[in-house]
Amino acid sequence: MAVLTRPRLRPRVTRPAGGVRTHDGWWAVFFLTPQLAALAVFLIIPLGFAVVLAFMRWDGLGAKEWAGLDNFAAQLSDPDFGQAVWNTVKLALLTVPFGLALALLVAIALNSVRGSGFYRVLYFMPVVTSSVAVALMWQVILAGDEYGVLNTSLERWFGLTAPDWLGDPGWVIVAIAVVTIWSSLGLNVVIFLAGLQTIPPQIVEAARVDGASGLRIFRSVTLPMLSPTIFFSTVVAVISSFQAFDQIYVLVNPEHNEGARTIVYQVYELGFRDFQFGMSSAAALILLVLTLLVTLVQFAAQKRLVHYDS
Amino acid sequence: MRPRQVALHAALTLGGLAMLFPFAWMLLTSFKGVRQMLNNPLDWLPDPWRWENYPDALAAVPFGTAYWNSFYIAALNVALTLLTSAMAAYAFARIRFRGSGVLFVVFLATQMVPAQVTIVPLYLMLAEFGWIDSHLSLILPAVANPFAVFLLRQFIRAVPVELEEAARMDGAGRWRCFWSIVLPNIRPGLGALGIIAFLASWNSFLFPLIFLNSPELHTVPLLLSQFSGQRSAVDYGLILAASAIAVVPTLIAFLIGQRRIINSMAASGLGGR
Repeated sequence: MAVLTRPRLRPRVTRPAGGVRTHDGWWAVFFLTPQLAALAVFLIIPLGFAVVLAFMRWDGLGAKEWAGLDNFAAQLSDPDFGQAVWNTVKLALLTVPFGLALALLVAIALNSVRGSGFYRVLYFMPVVTSSVAVALMWQVILAGDEYGVLNTSLERWFGLTAPDWLGDPGWVIVAIAVVTIWSSLGLNVVIFLAGLQTIPPQIVEAARVDGASGLRIFRSVTLPMLSPTIFFSTVVAVISSFQAFDQIYVLVNPEHNEGARTIVYQVYELGFRDFQFGMSSAAALILLVLTLLVTLVQFAAQKRLVHYDS
Repeated sequence: MRPRQVALHAALTLGGLAMLFPFAWMLLTSFKGVRQMLNNPLDWLPDPWRWENYPDALAAVPFGTAYWNSFYIAALNVALTLLTSAMAAYAFARIRFRGSGVLFVVFLATQMVPAQVTIVPLYLMLAEFGWIDSHLSLILPAVANPFAVFLLRQFIRAVPVELEEAARMDGAGRWRCFWSIVLPNIRPGLGALGIIAFLASWNSFLFPLIFLNSPELHTVPLLLSQFSGQRSAVDYGLILAASAIAVVPTLIAFLIGQRRIINSMAASGLGGR
């Protein structure tokens, strides 16, 4: 689970209680041991092991062989991997801006009507629904054959021939993006809504008294005051779109449609279908580096675009 | 109502219908037979209603077992995560020790590592332990949860230090302070985290897919995916009956606890994934 600090939860400086006791160090060990042990065994050691494996040739049975940078070179020159990187980036470019813009619109609408509880529930339902079930529901809607509700309606009512969303390699990422936006909308909406509710109404009122239009208030008050929340959501959305797997695997098995291959699928296939553990780890490390790079770029951009009140 | 309010309500209702449509279509289709799917794919209502889809789906795969597996794994995950992460959070928030700052940064940094990066080595290690095709592989690795430690630390910092100092004066030890003073005061945080951990475990798919083989060990999402994978598209009625069986209980739980669930996930700023 990759998560980031919400701006609202920024640590404050407080003094620890009773730091005078002499045996505190042992208490710290006692309280920390269960989490630290789990973290070491299930996260840190496997991460180190992943780095080592990425430089090895190993199918799990024979001897491990040192491969140097061969795995990375093989991945970077493999057209399958290139396709996976491109699809992963495409999915992020579709889901993040459109998904967040839509969530912002809904949040603003919810913030300005009375009795928004019912809508919140409606929009939030997909968030708690298993991604496998979500994928199965959407299969009946998006199917290109005679069962697909969307295409059959388009054809019958408008005489349009739509693409086979899940079968056409050119369109499948669009279909996955739509499902992803639908299923994560509610979460982004409530996060934005929480952010909107921290904006003091006096400021909006003052701007209105000064004659600012609705659009002007949005641009000069709402957007800057919401920018920490938007920044946080963008980082989380990029990371989670880079890690998307469940829905893609069930909706369109990338084994049958190259267009749905993502980096995570590549990691899965190399590791658990082909048993090329070294290759799989190399692909996973490239994903990690890519995630870190994008996050760094976002943090750099944040310095210019995000407004924190002091 | 002013026209602006009416327009907003109309837009929100339209959006809400778009959110609801896949659920509604799943439920209605789950009662349809193959012939109707083929001849009139746009019919809203099933004709005739094929109630048999449900017993058929239930009979085809061991749903009851999968439910029990998902439930007890999620419950253990919640209990272990709450206890161990509250303990670690307490140490970071209230105990002064050497290296506390550095260690906390390491904790936070590990959050950045996607699970997919460590999945191959984790699989190999669990295989070494003999935990593959066992529920241990889903229960214990999920305990490592730096985000939970971070979240609870924020809650513990909000508990007044004086409460604890008073207890210490009265002779309470560290454990007593943690258990009887701190934990009861961070109940909202524990509740939020519990819900998030439960949903994350219940909906988890990739780990069960890789770690489990035996059908009797399957969790609900895994069973569902295998069930639909075994069938051709013609069986949509049956597949969606199975989906409905998997989804409806969680939806009911959500509708009952919706205020709490939405608030807790908004407060912590992340979903079950």
